[in-house]
Amino acid sequence: MSPPVAARKIVLCLLVASVTQIAAGRVIHTEHSLYQNILMTESGNRLCMKFSLRENQRNQSCIDRSDPRKMVFGYTRMMMSGLLLNPQPNRILVVGMGGGTLPMALAELLPDSHIDIVEIDSAVVRLAQEYFGFVSGPRLRVVVQDARVYGKRAALRGERYDLILLDAFTADYIPEHLMTAEYLAETRSLLTDEGVIVANTFGISDLYDYESNTYESIFGPFLNLKSWNSSNRIIVAAKATLPSEVELEARATQLKSALRPYGVPIHRYPQRMSRKRDWDASARILTDQYSPANLLRGARS
Amino acid sequence: MRPMIINVLAFTGGFVIMAMELLGGRILAPYFGASIYVWGSIISVFMLALAFGYLLGGRLSLQRPSLRRFGLVFLIAAVLLYPLAIYADPLMQLVFTYVEDPRYGSLLAAALLFALPTVILGVISPYAVRLRVEHVDQSGSVAGRLYFVSTLGSALGTLATSFYFVLWFEINTIISLLTLTLVAMGALAWFADR
Repeated sequence: MSPPVAARKIVLCLLVASVTQIAAGRVIHTEHSLYQNILMTESGNRLCMKFSLRENQRNQSCIDRSDPRKMVFGYTRMMMSGLLLNPQPNRILVVGMGGGTLPMALAELLPDSHIDIVEIDSAVVRLAQEYFGFVSGPRLRVVVQDARVYGKRAALRGERYDLILLDAFTADYIPEHLMTAEYLAETRSLLTDEGVIVANTFGISDLYDYESNTYESIFGPFLNLKSWNSSNRIIVAAKATLPSEVELEARATQLKSALRPYGVPIHRYPQRMSRKRDWDASARILTDQYSPANLLRGARS
Repeated sequence: MRPMIINVLAFTGGFVIMAMELLGGRILAPYFGASIYVWGSIISVFMLALAFGYLLGGRLSLQRPSLRRFGLVFLIAAVLLYPLAIYADPLMQLVFTYVEDPRYGSLLAAALLFALPTVILGVISPYAVRLRVEHVDQSGSVAGRLYFVSTLGSALGTLATSFYFVLWFEINTIISLLTLTLVAMGALAWFADR
């Protein structure tokens, strides 16, 4: 290799490196909280809260400052599909706050709703306020607590929710006590008769089989909404019988215009929401006695 | 033969202590969560229980120490450990109902669940030292070797439980296996005593 070619290669490498740098974003703030490392990154108009430096990680929270209502990630948009089963939820519980984009959108979309957010890490709440413009109020309440403890106490107080959104898993760590049949049963007991639960979980890895069986053991049949590359899958389950695809289509038509500002292609979801049991039904159900979710996830992916 | 048996017993004691401490986090999580103070509660309870166990072990070693009595310590620990598999849930339910603050809830629950068996497991180390020391001038080296094997047991108990046991077994199965191990050790000491 002659020297000029080598030099050109180096320049090219540097260029590529700087381009990836832009794609990954500039880290504008890092925080070592009690539970995790939190990174705030910025690239162009996009501001993100991340929980690990790995690229392509599934759970991060971003906003586009030129269009702050627009939901940046597919999985966040897909979580709005719960509205197809219950279009006017009054009381909503959000488990795992992230940047707070999901509850903020719901609060704006449903002005009569009351939303409780449970987040274990107070640093996440503070950063959501500082960077994402999250403002809590009487209709949008944040409780800093472990979700399992919150759920048990809420059940004792007799609280009920019309919509529960579970989004507590980061790319690096799954709180294993939030992925057991007992926890799901406790969460189900918090639902009203029309109540719906939407969970953002894993589409790939062995955990898929275990988790599918666990959800089915508590809720019976559920709807499965996967991202194009299957890395995320959203479980939508209800206390009542699941509506037919025709009913879902009808609801989607009603919701379509209201959800447009958020970039949610709600009309595409009904036919993508699968009822197929596409998992290994012999996989063990995860319980409080047996819940090695992180180990199972590492086993193969 | 006798020193070897005492080493094995000390090793197993260390193993069981840390395996239980690790399981403690899993047992408490459904009621008190996985917040950092839950681990704080568990570790504090184990440390305190071990501290009193060491005192008690030292005291007991003054009264006609024998391998047979040492075996009895393991049997008592087993008897105190096993009920966890049965009573943990109703007990935590009770604490959860009466103590609102999850910090003190987890501390109380950890104390009720783990303090007694851990005090008895704490007896093992000083008692083992007494059984193996024959002359004052070797006491330091005997103690050092026993700390070594029992802490080695602790390290292995931690690894085995967190890497494999929780993947293979239910929590109650692991508690049963640990109990059986303690019973086996107790029997070994009992029958090895001539």
